[in-house]
Amino acid sequence: MSSAVILKVENLKKYFPIRAGVFRKVIAWVKAVDGVSFEVLGGESLGIVGESGCGKSTLGMTILRLYEPTEGKIFFNGQEISGLPFARLRPIRKDMQMIFQDPFSSLNPRMSIGAIIEEGMAVHGMYSPRERSSKVQEILERVGLSGNYARRYPHEFSGGQRQRIGIARAIALCPRLIIADEAVSSLDVSIRSQILNLMSELKEEYNLTYLFISHDLAVVKQICDRVLVMYLGKIVEIAGKKDLFSRPLHPYTVALVSAVPVPDPDYKVDRIILKGDVPSPINPPSGCRFHPRCPVVQDICREVEPSLREIQEGRWVACHFPGSLGLKRTKEVGVEC
Amino acid sequence: MLQKNLLEVRDLRVYFYSDEKRELKAVDGVSFSVGKGETLALVGESGCGKSVTSMAILRLVDSKGKITGGEVIFDGQNLLLLPESRMREIRGKDIAMIFQEPASALNPVYTIGEQILEAIMLHQKLSPSRAKEVALEMLRLVGIPEPEKRLNEYPHELSGGMKQRAMIAMALSCRPQLLIADEPTTSLDVTIQAQILELIRELQKKLGMALILITHDLGIVADMAERVVVMYAGKVVEEGNRFEIFKNPFHPYTVGLLRSIPRLDVERKKLDTIPGVVPEPSSFPVGCRFRGRCNFETGECVQEPPRTSLSNTHAVYCHHWEKVRDSNAEVLKECRAQ
Repeated sequence: MSSAVILKVENLKKYFPIRAGVFRKVIAWVKAVDGVSFEVLGGESLGIVGESGCGKSTLGMTILRLYEPTEGKIFFNGQEISGLPFARLRPIRKDMQMIFQDPFSSLNPRMSIGAIIEEGMAVHGMYSPRERSSKVQEILERVGLSGNYARRYPHEFSGGQRQRIGIARAIALCPRLIIADEAVSSLDVSIRSQILNLMSELKEEYNLTYLFISHDLAVVKQICDRVLVMYLGKIVEIAGKKDLFSRPLHPYTVALVSAVPVPDPDYKVDRIILKGDVPSPINPPSGCRFHPRCPVVQDICREVEPSLREIQEGRWVACHFPGSLGLKRTKEVGVEC
Repeated sequence: MLQKNLLEVRDLRVYFYSDEKRELKAVDGVSFSVGKGETLALVGESGCGKSVTSMAILRLVDSKGKITGGEVIFDGQNLLLLPESRMREIRGKDIAMIFQEPASALNPVYTIGEQILEAIMLHQKLSPSRAKEVALEMLRLVGIPEPEKRLNEYPHELSGGMKQRAMIAMALSCRPQLLIADEPTTSLDVTIQAQILELIRELQKKLGMALILITHDLGIVADMAERVVVMYAGKVVEEGNRFEIFKNPFHPYTVGLLRSIPRLDVERKKLDTIPGVVPEPSSFPVGCRFRGRCNFETGECVQEPPRTSLSNTHAVYCHHWEKVRDSNAEVLKECRAQ
């Protein structure tokens, strides 16, 4: 594993305007991503978890500059890409690919599978046309599909097969970084494990770096080395997966981990049931954004926003009282059997 | 079990007819029972027939499908033989249902109040003012804040979790004996899911109703269900209490499912997989339907697998369950040795 920083995000913000009235005047801002900083090392896979509306997908899209950042900087391979004009961004995009959640809407129904996979290579002027078509065969076979599927169309494939096609399209350009947004969420259990294994294998083979965005903690635990937890546009905790799942420090992470049902009838956990819903990102709560739902809230939390600080090596948490809420369960994370 | 079964489904068959007049056997000879106050989980992947089974219990199979055989005995009477008018009295009153997508199950042009009142007034023949009291009481019971205000709101004004609570309030307003919950938390976030599951559990205890929980999430099953029925391609492959299913599964499909899920509580280097994909109803294999994806397959499997009863609650439909059992023991031994 190379340990150079491949992606660095500094104080990234993405606000969406809400417009109203005849003149479409901006009346408010949705602060989808609100001041996020982190680094991703080459060859690692970083999970980004959080509930709907926490800004995890917006973060992924903004890093690829599919959304223009409102503020902040993005460095890829040491080069700042946040201000780059599109013409100069294009060659860099070859190294950053995305896998989408919905394998039904992310493949153009009027293009053959071969054309879908080849398009990126053609755009970036990779290989000669003949080489490209043999490359397509090779990649299709690598992701577990038959090479002569290249002439078929997306509607002929099942969800799991389409997700394999989406993966094939992403790896066709030999990228360094892959952002996978809920890549296995729409798949059935038995298919999901096939795709997760495939992604792990490809990571080793092509020395890929993953930014794996998901709401499913068990999936993230399976595929990621480190995990970043978001709540209402902010990072609340970053930790190695072992630390995060065995001893989460932020009360929100504790609640998340405790809420995941575990397929073992002997497993008992003191489930922390959070009250209410996630507040609106238009008018986030004062102080710590989690304070209205936090079981261990104190006065200071309502007023002062906690900053994300490193409290142990590699463990970052944005909480005034990290570790004050414990996770009680009958079984510690261990090996099977 | 001492108590008489509340619901007994016997050899239920639901076939769909595609345009080419082909018969698609979506549910093909499914049998199970639910005791009073008991929680039964129907588990399986998409297309296994779990939702169709639940709709067939209420006789709500859509027009392309037909219940072609079997019995659904509820409280001593076969629902499949009742006149439609009698069936209407049972739906929503004795057997209620909640769905996966609260957003599409609620009518967007009526207020929450109107929708709850409709069910109460229809089934309980109460005056509007008394019905409103019941509705308010239900909204309070499911933990919706400011119920008076919510009663006059439309579904779009509520969050996903609140919509699901409103739907539960509606379903339970007539105190049904059986609640069928079809993927009730699949569209919700995990912390909201925890709230809703806790709520269902509490209400079940309070109201003493039975629950059929339909889900693909084995975590929820282990957490909620007393007994489990595992379905695959329109058939039951294994049934048992939750300890039997999770600790001693004897059907290759159940074993495969359990080994292929990523888990929070154990470390798995690589997930096991079940090869291939779930077959379409038009191409279900003859005999055992898990054929083609099974590691234990032999020539015998073209014959319909017999039901083998292993305990009062545990039964498996597999020719080779003994081999599966031995292989489980082997895996465990190897694992312990490491």
